[in-house]
Amino acid sequence: MLSQILYALPFLAEGFALTLWVSLLVVVLSLIAGVLLGVGLVYGPAPLRWSVRIFSDTIRGIPILVLMFFVYYGLPAVGLHLQSFWAAVLALTLFKTAQVVEYVRGAVASIPKGQSEAAMAIGLTFRQRLTSVIFPQAFRRFLPPWINGVTDAVKGSALVSLLGITDLMQAINQVIGRTYEAMPLYILGAVIYFAVNYALSYASRRLERRFAFIRD
Amino acid sequence: MGYTLNFNLIWRHFDKLWGGLLLSLELAVISIAIGIVIGLVLAVWYVSAGRVVRTIIAAYVEFIRNVPLILLVYLVFYGVPTVIDLAYSAPTSFVVTLSVYSGAYLVEVFRSGLEAVPRGQLDAGKAIGLTPWQRLIHVRLPTMLRITLPALSNTFISLFKDTSIASVISVPELTYGAQWINFNTFRIVEVYLVTTAMYLVTGYALLFALRLVERRFRAAR
Repeated sequence: MLSQILYALPFLAEGFALTLWVSLLVVVLSLIAGVLLGVGLVYGPAPLRWSVRIFSDTIRGIPILVLMFFVYYGLPAVGLHLQSFWAAVLALTLFKTAQVVEYVRGAVASIPKGQSEAAMAIGLTFRQRLTSVIFPQAFRRFLPPWINGVTDAVKGSALVSLLGITDLMQAINQVIGRTYEAMPLYILGAVIYFAVNYALSYASRRLERRFAFIRD
Repeated sequence: MGYTLNFNLIWRHFDKLWGGLLLSLELAVISIAIGIVIGLVLAVWYVSAGRVVRTIIAAYVEFIRNVPLILLVYLVFYGVPTVIDLAYSAPTSFVVTLSVYSGAYLVEVFRSGLEAVPRGQLDAGKAIGLTPWQRLIHVRLPTMLRITLPALSNTFISLFKDTSIASVISVPELTYGAQWINFNTFRIVEVYLVTTAMYLVTGYALLFALRLVERRFRAAR
C-alpha cells in the first residue's frame, strides 16, 4: 500500500501544483475585478450600481457547482469555446468576485461619514478624498475578510475536478481508481488541503495583526 | 451563435428539478438539525471542559473547516466503507457528511454565542437559586440561541446551496436533476437558467422567512 502511494506521489504533486495555480489565478483575478466592481457599486452611477448589485446577489445566491456547470456547458452552446481549465477559472473567479465586491462595499461603508465631510471641508477633490482618506482606511477593514476568503478559493478549486481537470482532488480520485486504496488516499488529500489552508489562515492572522492599528 | 431558447423539454422533465429541489431542502433540513445537536453539545462541553477536550474539539473544527466539502463527501461515501463494515445509501452518506460539516461551523457559532451571554444574567440566575444545570437550560441557552439566530439562518442557507455537492455521488437533488436534463436533452442554457432561478427563489424566500423569525425572537435589549 505504502509503495503504491509513494509511486503516485509525483502524480499527486502535479495535481497539487494545478490546485495552487487555479487558486492563485482565481484569487488575483477576483481581487482586481471585485475591487473595480465594488468601487463601482459604492460610487458608480445608478445603472452600474444596479448591475453590480444584481450580479453579486445572483452569483452569491446559487451554488458554485451550478455556476461552474452553467459556464462550462453553457458557453460552448452559445458559441464561446473556452478550454475547460479557463472555463473553470472563469466560473470560480465570477463567484469569488461577487464576494470581493461585498467586502469592498462593507469596508467603504464602515468609514464614518465625517471623514469624507472633513476631507471635503479642507477642499480635497473627489479623487483625492478617495485615494488619501477613504481607501487607506477602508483597506484595513477589507483585509481581514478577504484574507479569510483565500482558503475558500483553495477549497472551491477542488470542484474543477468535476470538469475533468487534474487538480489534487482529481489526481487522488485517479490514483484510487488504479490502486483501490480509497481511505489512505482521501486522508492524504485531506491532510494536504488542511496543511495549505491552515498555513494560509495562520499567515493571514499574522498579516491581520500587522495591519490592526485601526482606531475606532 | 444561433442558439434558440426552447424550454419545452425542460418542462417535460420538470419533475426531476422539482423533486430535486425538495430533496435538496430535505437534505439541508436534516443536516442542520443534526449539525445543531453536534454544535450545541460540543460548544457547551467546550466552554466548561479542560485543555484536552478543548484541543480535540478545536481539532475537529479546524480540520473540517480547512478541507473541501467535496473531499469529505468522497471520503465518507467511498472511503469509510472500505475500512469499516457498514453499508449505507448515497443520501444517508451525504447527510452524515453535511451534518458533521455543519456541526463544525456551528460549534464556533454557539461557542461565541455562549460567551456573549451577559455575565449579569448568569449571576441573576445564581442569585435566585438556580442550579448550574438550570442556569444552562433556562438562562444561558435561550439567550445564546437568540444571539446566534442570524448566524444560524446564514448557515442553513449556505447548507442548502452546499447540497448541490451531493450530485457528485448521484444523490438526485436539484443540481443532479439539472445535469440529467443537460446530458439527456442538451437544452443546456435553458436547464441552468431554470435551475439558477429555482436556487435563487428558494434561497431568498428562505432568507426572507428566517429574517421574519429572527425579528420575532430578537434578543431583548
